[in-house]
Amino acid sequence: MTTPYDELARRLRANSPTALVVVIEGPHVGATMLVTPNAPQIGSLGNDDLDRVAARDALGELEAGRTGVRHYGPQGQTTPEDLADSPTVRVFVESFAPPPHMVIFGAVDFTSALARVAKVLGYHVTVCDARKVFATARRFPMADEVMVAWPDDVFIKFGATLGPRDAVCILTHDPKFDVPAIQGALRTQVGYIGVMGSRKTHAKRLERLAEIGLRGDDLARVMSPIGLDIGARTPEETAISICGEIIARRTGRGATSLSTTSGAIH
Amino acid sequence: MRELLDDLDRWRAAGKRCVIGRVVGIEGSGPRDPGAAMAVNEDGEVVGSVSGGCVEGAVVSEALEMLGTNAPAKVVTFGYSDDEAFAVGLTCGGTIHVFMQELT
Repeated sequence: MTTPYDELARRLRANSPTALVVVIEGPHVGATMLVTPNAPQIGSLGNDDLDRVAARDALGELEAGRTGVRHYGPQGQTTPEDLADSPTVRVFVESFAPPPHMVIFGAVDFTSALARVAKVLGYHVTVCDARKVFATARRFPMADEVMVAWPDDVFIKFGATLGPRDAVCILTHDPKFDVPAIQGALRTQVGYIGVMGSRKTHAKRLERLAEIGLRGDDLARVMSPIGLDIGARTPEETAISICGEIIARRTGRGATSLSTTSGAIH
Repeated sequence: MRELLDDLDRWRAAGKRCVIGRVVGIEGSGPRDPGAAMAVNEDGEVVGSVSGGCVEGAVVSEALEMLGTNAPAKVVTFGYSDDEAFAVGLTCGGTIHVFMQELT
């Protein structure tokens, strides 16, 4: 017999989005249900109405990538008036969203260090370069996929799925590659766009981007020179500086040392 | 949970009973977010973590006791709550609620 755990393990390994819903207080503590978009739920929390309401809410949590506790009445009541005189069921909803995606343009030394650090952070990593001599799986064994392709083809494949949790890092230093890569990235909802290059290179690149009609508010999304100012020199240090910037942009923090600031750490 | 799968499969294949502890809530400063998980098998083998190392020892004791007494699933609180102080605290001063359940 397939248990909810077996099914959860199968879905996690397949990277298919799933919410694990379990009663942590109230009747049927430990009752478990698995919820997936466009499929019937598996398991039950012990009441059909509660299952229906909790499954609906869990899908919303899953879409937002949120994990947390929700409160219901024994038959799934959600309004405060309904809950006033009845015992509460506390339900823990854990969202297992697919890993965030990092697309790295340019098969250079910095790429392999960045791909390694990105894997530590849990990213699904794609490395792309148009030169098939450089874009090989043997040079980037840590990447989940290595594509020999121009930026346009990469965005045809991934553009629609890139979202706020994802990152595009352009390390090519080559205008004929990085200009279309920036253009393509700006047409997506990707949360982070970083482009490698000195300040001088970046200034020239901005001129080119202005020539093809990209405006200030588009270009404000482009982090270049890429990375935090931590004095990084080696590919590995640069990878840490880039990933530090990605985290700081996502959390909206200024990336100063905690020892010089006050307030909540997390 | 994802990082526990290989060990859980190995334990289950070997017929070992185990308890999974998952962080379901944090008050104050907690080192791991809700969803952080660890598992303990009947031999006391451990994978994963629920804090920065502050309460893992207590989770292991609790898990082994649950296996020994066939205890039902429950939420166990570590750290300080409003009305009572628990033996094991978090050095960061926070409180974490861990849902513990035998994997079946």
